[in-house]
Amino acid sequence: MGKRSVIPFGPQHPVLPEPIHLDLVVEDEKVVEAIPSVGFVHRGLESLVTKKDFNTMAYVAERTCGICSFMHGMGYCECVENMMGVEVPIRAKFLRTIWSEMSRVHSHLLWLGLLADGFGHENLFYQCWRIRERILDMLEMTTGGRCIFSVNQVGGVLKDIPDDMLKSIEEAITDIEAELKVVQKTLLYDYTVKSRLCGVGILTKEQAHDLGTVGPFMRASGIKSDMRLRGYDAYPYLDFEPITSDDCDCYARCDVRTREIFQAIDLIRQAIAKMPSETDLAVQVKDKPSGEYFMRVEQPRGEAVYYTKGNGSMFLDRMRIRTPTFANLPGLCETLKGADLADVGLLVITIDPCVSCTER
Amino acid sequence: MAKVSRSPWLLHYDGSSCNGCDIEVLACLTPVYDAERLGIINTGDPMQADIFLITGGINTQNQAVVKQLYDQMPRPKVVVAVGVCACTGGIFKECYNILGGADTVIPVDIYVPGCAARPQAIIDGIVKAVALFQQRSEEHDRLVKEGGKGAAVNG
Repeated sequence: MGKRSVIPFGPQHPVLPEPIHLDLVVEDEKVVEAIPSVGFVHRGLESLVTKKDFNTMAYVAERTCGICSFMHGMGYCECVENMMGVEVPIRAKFLRTIWSEMSRVHSHLLWLGLLADGFGHENLFYQCWRIRERILDMLEMTTGGRCIFSVNQVGGVLKDIPDDMLKSIEEAITDIEAELKVVQKTLLYDYTVKSRLCGVGILTKEQAHDLGTVGPFMRASGIKSDMRLRGYDAYPYLDFEPITSDDCDCYARCDVRTREIFQAIDLIRQAIAKMPSETDLAVQVKDKPSGEYFMRVEQPRGEAVYYTKGNGSMFLDRMRIRTPTFANLPGLCETLKGADLADVGLLVITIDPCVSCTER
Repeated sequence: MAKVSRSPWLLHYDGSSCNGCDIEVLACLTPVYDAERLGIINTGDPMQADIFLITGGINTQNQAVVKQLYDQMPRPKVVVAVGVCACTGGIFKECYNILGGADTVIPVDIYVPGCAARPQAIIDGIVKAVALFQQRSEEHDRLVKEGGKGAAVNG
């Protein structure tokens, strides 16, 4: 048995653009235990509900995270809408679904790039990010922003996607699909990539369930669960099955996310094909919110839970968000046990950490 | 930016941003925007860095980290605050844990606005930082020549 020592990981670390700190207890080259400490990005976003009214909070909620920004805004708005009993127009539901799935494509491509960077495949990193720019162009064309979109409001959406734009989205996703198939050959079947990912960071089905993991991290451990099946927005009209894998390792997580990009592309196609002809985008919300509500949304990283509580005034009493990365941290600490020190960066990336969501 | 005789290295740290500016900074380094054509390279090591790109505001926990990263960088150095949160605190200014923009703990030379800052704006900021770094290193060299080893310049 070797000597135990503690190696700090982060907060500033080349493998991640975001600050997270882990104290790694190592024995020779093996990690025995990992103790995370968070709080470097804590802003206190939830406290802004007392200073900004519930309509303005939609824009603040969006800034919880710049990667899943659309879904944060959407989750908050739907939570307040349900609390107030507002029925959103059907076209707004479809538009929200299209933007959600576009966000998923961009988030997963971003992650694939970061993963490639994590194991030192610079070229693959650049290729994934080059493909991602296409979807960002589409998001910019339809919403006006690349990261922060601000198209959600309580009661519906602010902007419509006209037919010609829908056509260019279809063209773009067809291109992305073709380009991704080329990249996928390296990403999933290349010998060097496989030797780095296969069998690393095993999290069994039981562990994944007991530790309460969510999203692709959980589905890669063989648990078939997806909040989209709950049927919010336009998902009841669309046909899809959650993507799972039984391998439980880093390769499975990469595989699940890659297949989810294709699934998201398929969902965008279905949503465009079934787009209703009604033109209403939003309903007028005149009441003041009261009561409380829980809303669950499937984000690119997994299930996010929103809680709002109103008191009959313009300002909410409380807004609470539980983010997917927070739920995945215990799972990460479990996979780190017994891992090689050299794999730590890679393992941290495979849960797709979004620290600014987690700490808000 | 008439003439650049050195290739400055760039360090990126996420203060307490929402990630939007961070992914835009990374997007700047990838082929579509390719900020590396300006002679810079992204590094993870503060001791080798010349330009410090900071995104997001300063909070009570990260102020020591930001200060330490800045102190570890060799002179001369240039600091670029990317995004409105790093400039002033932005939308989070009223939050209880936000002390303000990056300039509350370190001197900032260039402010890049935007929420999130667009890649074009970030590249513009980097170009200005490269020019400023050139100017400062020339001044630094001159002072070292005149005053020997102990000479130090602003920044």
